[in-house]
Amino acid sequence: MGIEDSTAASPHAYLRHSLTVRILHWINVIALCVLFMSGLQIFNAHPALNWGRSSYTGAPAFFTLAHGFPSWMTLPGGRWLAMGRRWHLFFAWIFFMNGLIYVVYCILSRHLARDLAPTRTDWRSIGRSIVDHLHLRHPTGEAARRYNILQKLAYLFVIFALLPFVILMGWALSPRLDTVIPGWVDIVGGRQSARTLHFIAAWTLVAFVLVHVFEVLISGVYNQLRSMVTGRFVVASEHAKRSR
Amino acid sequence: MPSARADHSRRQFVLRLLTATSAALIAGCDAASRSSWFPKVLGVGERVSRGAQRLATSRRSMAQEFSAAQLSPQFRSNGTANPDNPEYQALAANQFANWRLRIDGLVEHPLQLSLGELRAMPSRTQITRHDCVEGWSAIGQWNRAVPQAAARYVVFHCADPMDALGTKYYESVDFEDAYHPQTILAYELNGAVLPIANGAPLRVRIERQLGYKMAKYIMRIELVASFAKIGAGNGGYWEDQGYEWYAGI
Repeated sequence: MGIEDSTAASPHAYLRHSLTVRILHWINVIALCVLFMSGLQIFNAHPALNWGRSSYTGAPAFFTLAHGFPSWMTLPGGRWLAMGRRWHLFFAWIFFMNGLIYVVYCILSRHLARDLAPTRTDWRSIGRSIVDHLHLRHPTGEAARRYNILQKLAYLFVIFALLPFVILMGWALSPRLDTVIPGWVDIVGGRQSARTLHFIAAWTLVAFVLVHVFEVLISGVYNQLRSMVTGRFVVASEHAKRSR
Repeated sequence: MPSARADHSRRQFVLRLLTATSAALIAGCDAASRSSWFPKVLGVGERVSRGAQRLATSRRSMAQEFSAAQLSPQFRSNGTANPDNPEYQALAANQFANWRLRIDGLVEHPLQLSLGELRAMPSRTQITRHDCVEGWSAIGQWNRAVPQAAARYVVFHCADPMDALGTKYYESVDFEDAYHPQTILAYELNGAVLPIANGAPLRVRIERQLGYKMAKYIMRIELVASFAKIGAGNGGYWEDQGYEWYAGI
């Protein structure tokens, strides 16, 4: 074995996430939890999904939950639409401002260009990355310092497609914002379609969070969590990893 | 390799910790909801939304209007479908011939208008969407007369009792919405006389807000400088139950 191998094998720590990213991340966690649970509370006031400009187009609702979501999933716990709306429409602003600051920070600090934008090497590694993910294998050593291609694509999709979409579909539910360009809500099929898409986007976000948390759990939960709290991430010895 | 049992008990511990933490957080949120101060903090969201929406759209920005082909087959009746009020029932029995809309408060010339007098006024027909705070929408065609005067809020007093104490429905809007071209007092729905289930003889349409602002069974319109002394002081029956006064989203 050469000298290079022995340095790669020795564990060392570095600052993985900047303070700004860490704060924005945890504010986002709180805001999204509140928004999702209070969103289910609002859904329960009319636990059906329709497609079109109104709920009475002649077509029946294509999804109905007779008793709505259980109270342990909603905020507040019991049926309380007025309070659910208060939570939702307050935390919507926290979430929106937080996201706006994040995107501006991402661009100005070059976090986007440096850490999130896929490189040509990334694109070439996509096949191997898919196989690695399916085998629950994670990069070790120096490779663990960078996001892998699937990780980058997932983050970019959530940050620049899914989250803006869920916000836009929320705005599409406002009778006042209809008037910005009368008829714009019809682009997605109308008010009730927008409500359905807002709901689907929210659950897509839940699916992302489940995968995200799963990946954290299986790729060294303590190290990953610490790096999102204190910033410190330890690059493990490759040999130690392999021998387990 | 750790033993399977140790792995299992660790997983059990983490799971229990997560369940306990989330249960504590949810209980905390519910306690905050019932406190006197926290809903006021959350109320900041309503003020920010109102400010942002009024910045993003002009005072005269128009709500979407629809074609006759897009009308909902039936217009849903929600809340009160027939006011449990003897005075109202007597008026209804007589096709509202004796009904008078009282307009008073901070107005130059208080007056009373019959349905016939309202119908004789200039009118506007609009096919718009009604979006309920609960989440459903319906499209209907409305016909009206215009309210006018100078004060800060327009209060609509209604005939329908909402609870065992007989608290009557009421609503209020400011002048930005009262003077909006699409804000109308409707006496017709879908080309026919407004049915009792939808608020006969008169209901208000405030097209850029949610359904609960659109008071039915209107008996009196009062112009006021403040609604602090009406009902519980929040500007409407549902507002007194915790819903936002500004219902633009």
